[in-house]
Amino acid sequence: MADFETPELKEYSVIPALERDTMKGTQPFIAKPDHQASLGFPGELVDNWKDVALDKMGDLLSRYRSFQVYLDSCVKCGACTDKCHYFLGTSDPKNMPVARQDLLRSVYRRYFTFAGKWFPKLVGARDMDKEVLDEWYSYFHQCSQCRRCSVFCPYGIDTAEISMAAREIMDAVGVGQKYCNEIIGKVFKVGNNLGLPEKALKDTLLDLEEEILDDTGVPVKLPLDVKGADILLVTPSADFFAEPHIDGLIGYAKVFHEAGVSWTLSSHASEAGNFGMFIGSYENMQNIAVRIREAALDLGVKRLVHGECGHAWRVAYSFWNTLAGPFDFLDQNYPIPQHICEFTWDLIQQDKLKFDKSENDHMTLTFHDSCNVARATRMGDKPGGQFDIPRNVIKAVCNNYVDMEESTIKEATFCCGGGGGLLTDDLMEVRVKGALPRMEALNDVVEEHGVTNMAAICAICKSQFTKVLPYYKMPMDMIVSVHQLVSEAIILTGADDGSDEQETSSESED
Amino acid sequence: MTILSGVYIFLFYAAMAIFLLGLANRIRIYARTPAPLKIVTTPAPVTQAGVVMRMTREVVLFESLFKSSKWTWIFGWIFHLSLLLAFFRHLRYVISPDFFLWPLVNNLVVQSFGLYAGFGIAIGLAGLFARRILVDRVRYISNPSDYLMLILIFAIAMTGLGMTYVAPTDIVSLKMFILGLFYFDWQPLPDDLMLLAHLTLVLVLMIIFPISKLLHAPGVFFSPTRNQVDNAREKRHLAPWAAKLDATRSGSGSQQNG
Repeated sequence: MADFETPELKEYSVIPALERDTMKGTQPFIAKPDHQASLGFPGELVDNWKDVALDKMGDLLSRYRSFQVYLDSCVKCGACTDKCHYFLGTSDPKNMPVARQDLLRSVYRRYFTFAGKWFPKLVGARDMDKEVLDEWYSYFHQCSQCRRCSVFCPYGIDTAEISMAAREIMDAVGVGQKYCNEIIGKVFKVGNNLGLPEKALKDTLLDLEEEILDDTGVPVKLPLDVKGADILLVTPSADFFAEPHIDGLIGYAKVFHEAGVSWTLSSHASEAGNFGMFIGSYENMQNIAVRIREAALDLGVKRLVHGECGHAWRVAYSFWNTLAGPFDFLDQNYPIPQHICEFTWDLIQQDKLKFDKSENDHMTLTFHDSCNVARATRMGDKPGGQFDIPRNVIKAVCNNYVDMEESTIKEATFCCGGGGGLLTDDLMEVRVKGALPRMEALNDVVEEHGVTNMAAICAICKSQFTKVLPYYKMPMDMIVSVHQLVSEAIILTGADDGSDEQETSSESED
Repeated sequence: MTILSGVYIFLFYAAMAIFLLGLANRIRIYARTPAPLKIVTTPAPVTQAGVVMRMTREVVLFESLFKSSKWTWIFGWIFHLSLLLAFFRHLRYVISPDFFLWPLVNNLVVQSFGLYAGFGIAIGLAGLFARRILVDRVRYISNPSDYLMLILIFAIAMTGLGMTYVAPTDIVSLKMFILGLFYFDWQPLPDDLMLLAHLTLVLVLMIIFPISKLLHAPGVFFSPTRNQVDNAREKRHLAPWAAKLDATRSGSGSQQNG
């Protein structure tokens, strides 16, 4: 299957002893000149790259308080050293958050601090050279910017901030990552990460409408570019074709249908994902985010609802208002943007949706808190709503639910292993090994509580688990969308009940 | 007035200047540098008052460290608390009983527990030092300066304890020396070795404070993941440099889509 060994699942997660350089040189493909050009970066390593890199570092130090404060504040206490899933899965010490930061901090100290200029050996400062740059390229692409380390750091140092800065510096000298930069180019050119053109999108949506009609006898619509609709749904483009994402999209459509609201997708903004964040580029992130504003204005919608996506929800929840706001032209009575789980949970609380929970009785569910939803956003009014609301929705549509071990969920959740711009086949080893802590926690509830499926609300998590579960001898379709569960259980008004019930009863007899 | 006293008078002023100006400069940089995006680590407080509470828990109880590693937390917390007590107890060498801050010094907690603070510092530092050596992950990330910092403060504590329990210094003369520094009415410094060692190490600590990891002290208050309010949807957050981009935004946005 691959030229690396899948780590062994242990009953209790252990902190591995250090094994130096196990992931040295593991790195994603480098962006080609034309990928770089459409983002405004040099095509290949520039001649005076060292000066450019240090200038860029200085520039970022003056623009980002996080970068400046975090480079100064670390005391090397070691609190974060056993918190990163990539370290736990690879044993490579440079995947410990503090060590990853130090790859860059050592250069910062050498050129920007008194101690590093005069006593480099004493404080671990080092010159910027090609070897350092290569090391950056390798290890800053083994960070999924999941922020787990930032929860445990006594100063709140977030390695994601350092990774983003490192990637921005590398882009500035002409060494970009192919996966992220090619995708951002597609968003600018076509409107979504997958390069799915308007025509194909339209056909896909029509197919889905037909499928739902066949299934339920109810004409549930998936409208595209409908001017004057109340709600613009912005969702990751994986929802249009990947499994199990697409079942989630069907779920959103059914919820909108039952709620009786008018809604639409946009071909101009047919992508929630914002890879500008992964590469730390404010300008690119803003250009991508502004598409949402343009689509909302163009279609004249009143509300923005956001589909199941992790990093994208972070950008939407935390950054849209800054990047593309103010959204004063939208209905201020609703959160801007509103997560689809918030939307569905509101309806459930108002008793506006009817469910047959037994439709999901063949499954025992657990929930994977997606890292960026858990640690960079909120749902509802109260802190922690991002944990409760998705679980509430699942419990409203399923009878069998079990949480994974407490230290692996909610704010301490483990990343799926594929976030932050790593969801590419050229990083398969990093992805499989990084998934280890989550796989262990999942395996525990499978063995102890008979869990059959894990639900998630992130396109990256869903794709990553689909790919990685088989490495750990678990079926790839274990991973489901939360709104897929909603879709299964929801009772559509006027649906052809008879056949459905027959199906259920025959299933339960099996 | 001996040459020795003269040298120490000069060093005290120099160290104090480096400490204060260096720290002020660092804080100025932190305060001046914008945080363009809302990057608070959630779940987070949704009000400013909540943020004050969160920061207080972080600074007083080391909440995040407690979640992370109980050993590091207990040694780190003992060390910092003892340091604080020792600091307050030392204030009596600096301020007079008629000064309005005197009650801060002359109270039961400081005068009783403070007496043993040196032991707390030593125990805490010894634990942190042991961890740095014994845990392979922490050893890996340690630079020489990380060990030296522990040794420096440990030595300050030991010389301090030495004066309390082994070879008491002429505390009255010392206080006159210190007060003399404040009033520019310079007095001789007792020339006993333990005291000179103690003071020299403290001066070194003051000098390296603004150029070392001790900057974590002001840094934590400027940490955006801890000091921001979780209200991104309700309130628009805009840094000055980002506002400039904002002005050209719609143009660049539509151009990219063309």
